[in-house]
Amino acid sequence: MDLSAINPVLFIAGFFVAATPLIFAAIGELVVEKTGVLNLGVEGMMITGAICGFAVAVETESPLLGFAAAALGGALLSTLFAFLTQVMLANQVASGLALTLFGLGFSALLGQSYAGMKPPRLEDVDFGPLGDIPVIGPVFFSHDIIVYLGLGIVIAVWAVLKFSRAGLILRAVGENHDAAHALGFKVKRVRALAIMFGGACAGVGGAYISLIRVPQWTEGMTAGIGWIALALVVFASWRAFRVLLGAYLFGGLVQLQLNLQGAGVAIPVEYLAMSPYVITIVVLVFLSRSRSAAPGSLGRIFHASS
Amino acid sequence: MTFTKRAAAKLLLGTALAATMGTTAFADGHEKTKVGFVYVGSVNDGGWTTSHDKARLAMQEHFGDKVETVFVENVAEGPDSERVMTQMALDGADLIFTTSFGYMDPTNNVAAKFPDVKFEHATGYKRLHDNVSTYSARFYEGRAIQGHIAGKMTKSNIVGYIGSYPIPEVIRGINSAFIHARKVNPDVQFKIIWAYTWFDAAKEADAAKVLIEQGADVVLQHTDSTAPQAAAQEAGNVTTFGQASDMEQYAPYPRVSSIIDEWAPYYIARTQAVMDGTWEQIDTWDGIGAGMVGIGEITEAVPADVKAEAEAMKAAIADGSYHPFTGPLNKQDGTVFLAEGEVADDGALAGMNFYVEGLDAELPQ
Amino acid sequence: MIALVKRPEPSRVFSLAAPLLAVLATMVFGGLLFAVLGKDPIEAIATIFWEPLFGEFAFFYRPQLLIKGAPLVLIAIGLSLGFKAGIWNIGAEGQYIMGALFGAGAGLAFYPLESAFIFPLMVLAGAFGGWVWAMIPAVLKVKFGTNEILVSLMLVYVAEQFLASMSLGLLRNPEGMGFPGSRNLQQYSSAHNADLIAGSGMHWGVVVALIAVIFAYVLLARHRLGFAIRVTGEAPRAAAFSGINPARLVLFCLGMSGLLAGLAGMFEVSGPAGQVTIDFNVGYGFTAIIVAFLGRLHPVGILLAGLLMALTYIGGDIAQSKMGLPAAAIQVFQGMLLFFLLALDLFTNYRLQFKRAEAV
Repeated sequence: MDLSAINPVLFIAGFFVAATPLIFAAIGELVVEKTGVLNLGVEGMMITGAICGFAVAVETESPLLGFAAAALGGALLSTLFAFLTQVMLANQVASGLALTLFGLGFSALLGQSYAGMKPPRLEDVDFGPLGDIPVIGPVFFSHDIIVYLGLGIVIAVWAVLKFSRAGLILRAVGENHDAAHALGFKVKRVRALAIMFGGACAGVGGAYISLIRVPQWTEGMTAGIGWIALALVVFASWRAFRVLLGAYLFGGLVQLQLNLQGAGVAIPVEYLAMSPYVITIVVLVFLSRSRSAAPGSLGRIFHASS
Repeated sequence: MTFTKRAAAKLLLGTALAATMGTTAFADGHEKTKVGFVYVGSVNDGGWTTSHDKARLAMQEHFGDKVETVFVENVAEGPDSERVMTQMALDGADLIFTTSFGYMDPTNNVAAKFPDVKFEHATGYKRLHDNVSTYSARFYEGRAIQGHIAGKMTKSNIVGYIGSYPIPEVIRGINSAFIHARKVNPDVQFKIIWAYTWFDAAKEADAAKVLIEQGADVVLQHTDSTAPQAAAQEAGNVTTFGQASDMEQYAPYPRVSSIIDEWAPYYIARTQAVMDGTWEQIDTWDGIGAGMVGIGEITEAVPADVKAEAEAMKAAIADGSYHPFTGPLNKQDGTVFLAEGEVADDGALAGMNFYVEGLDAELPQ
Repeated sequence: MIALVKRPEPSRVFSLAAPLLAVLATMVFGGLLFAVLGKDPIEAIATIFWEPLFGEFAFFYRPQLLIKGAPLVLIAIGLSLGFKAGIWNIGAEGQYIMGALFGAGAGLAFYPLESAFIFPLMVLAGAFGGWVWAMIPAVLKVKFGTNEILVSLMLVYVAEQFLASMSLGLLRNPEGMGFPGSRNLQQYSSAHNADLIAGSGMHWGVVVALIAVIFAYVLLARHRLGFAIRVTGEAPRAAAFSGINPARLVLFCLGMSGLLAGLAGMFEVSGPAGQVTIDFNVGYGFTAIIVAFLGRLHPVGILLAGLLMALTYIGGDIAQSKMGLPAAAIQVFQGMLLFFLLALDLFTNYRLQFKRAEAV
């Protein structure tokens, strides 16, 4: 065992890369759930984003266009969910699961000719002298633009939810859709837009895996990260900044586990791997003391019966 | 028609159905030899299943019109695989390759019901019926060559190793690589991370990055995706080796060589045997010599003398004059594994569940 | 302007016609997909839907439908009870795994003893395993008001890690040459859940699934508890007034669905699968959620929906092997089927009304 082998600076810097896909997927889902919709199709939207982003990045040799395409792909797939749940009033749990099933198959079909390819590389942002500061430089100023975009989106979502009228409407729709409807808000339109936002975010998160974290395309490569993102939203008790915290914790636990193994510590990998989920449950129990954590209409179907 | 009434009665469906079987299942007259493949992953996985599917295509090419091949991908181990195998046998397959360890019991179950269909199970050890053969490759031979190159190439004296599951096959590879790295570099040390998956690009990428961050400048992998290659390329000065397939898109550097699963010669030979009526049950465990383990081209990133040594070792292993597990070798706890000059027998290799002396790691329990 | 108007009563015509229309629509769009992939669409559709039921080897595929469908139906029946009452257990996959681990563990503890008591004991252990795993979200919900959707989902991943740990550790076959995975229960006759009639596909799991269908039907139609479930789902406030104890209902519904999922896992591991392995679970717990909704939470509907799902799996594998369709295309095809079924279900409870535009 040699714990000195773990380089704390790189270890912490690694958090950002591991957490970014989670941050995107979870912040998108957070907005969706804030409007009272539970979309279990995150995994399907992520993997669709992963292939759309990869394919476009390879074809255009522009990683940024790839990310744009990933957002579009994720949003397009999520409109299917919006159509099913908002127009056809289908059950959200079943529709979300179906979306994941469909997304996994659809991405595999799209990706058949992209296996084994290398995507163009996205350069890290050049912060000039900031990047040369010891410790702080490599930890905070050595990443690609998407990492910072992820942080930006979290801040934006927080600000919109807290301060803007749009945020107020969003929350009103999620807390009590009948009351929101009575006040004249377009419940379905708000929800549909939120779902598409969630899809776009999940798509970018997926593309971060295929374009940067791995980077390559393989079928089913999101490997359950979408499900962790779902857990993360709950863990964060539907608050934007706690998503960040949770994503670093979840991502950090993975990094920690690998680092400990590398340092020769014989750890029971399975038990460490289940710990994020157990922690989430514990957090849930604590949260439920304050009853108001979850949006009031979460998962319920809305139909204006007037 | 070799399908006797008695054999038919062994079918799961009893005698009433046996009549159907006798008249339909093999009534196509066998213009072509039909060969089925059951895959655990997708043919696009770029690793294990891709290597089998490449071999299928090579075999198809070799025989042309004389052979028809069919395959089903993403078949879960368990009852699904049993159903797919049965379906292939019913549809007139003469030979079925089942290419995952977890298909072991299903293969033997189905083989019992179709005594006239030949079954070939990869990486297993059960041959309960005359029509079941098993085949596997001595990947540890390739690992010895990797270990040699790794020991010579590393400057930090830290070699990273991504393992899938702590099972004998993988442990054998780690030992083989370590023994040969130590031989040429007494200061070398291995860092081992178990990914607990055979194929998960994101996890493998993370593991490779952590190994690199912890100072490894050579990363060996016993998982099948190219993600570690990509991570090494990103890092810049890290050496890797292709696994399962050549992964030539990462040559000449970071990928300096590879262990390739070469199933095609075996598939061609076994299909030929079915055509000739000479197919018999065998237990194949072939290595470099028989061409089942391929060593991908050693690139110019490896110094010429090291390359020459590696190629000499490859030749010695191929002609049988050198065995990667040759004594004196001790186990990690210091007890004797092999005495001076002694060569490990296949039984000891097959059940290997310990590290050799010098490895500074603990096997997960 | 088209508006949706809720029907006073669900339409009987549409509850039958919607699934048929959905299958038809899937055939059309799925056919298009197959055509784009360069395969004969008619042949592909026929291979998926016709071949397993009436093709040359239907004698083999029909029993396979039971084997593939039984766990789906068994789990979905349990889930539907909770879903009807607005109690969302989406962690059946985890309960299925725990049932299998408990069941197989109970059996393997006695190896190699042969006794008639072993199998019944395994059934009890499997049911208990699934029940216990479902009681975690149930008790947390009753005690703390925790959201059962998320707790049960989290527990799936915990169960998967247990499964890996058990396959590599405690339950590993000591004669298995070091490979992960338990002994094969098919080769341990006291613990083997064999076909009751050889080759029929009718193992105990199928029998129990059928019993569960009848049980659920009677419960919902005749029993007071069934009434409580329906009222709670349809009008929670009315239920509270009529003296229904919501906590007991949560415990019953989650417990029951866990128990049935555990049984499904136990019957699978001791029968068709035979072994505890790292990849033992293949998603029945999640697919069963879809099955429950496809069957409109009605016991008979679930039975049919389970068989339909099983059909697409089996037919899909045949189409792969015979026509070289990629597995991904089959997955997309299944996804389409679900989308159409979910979408068209609307018309069971709503009808379209054409009227003049007005402010909505």
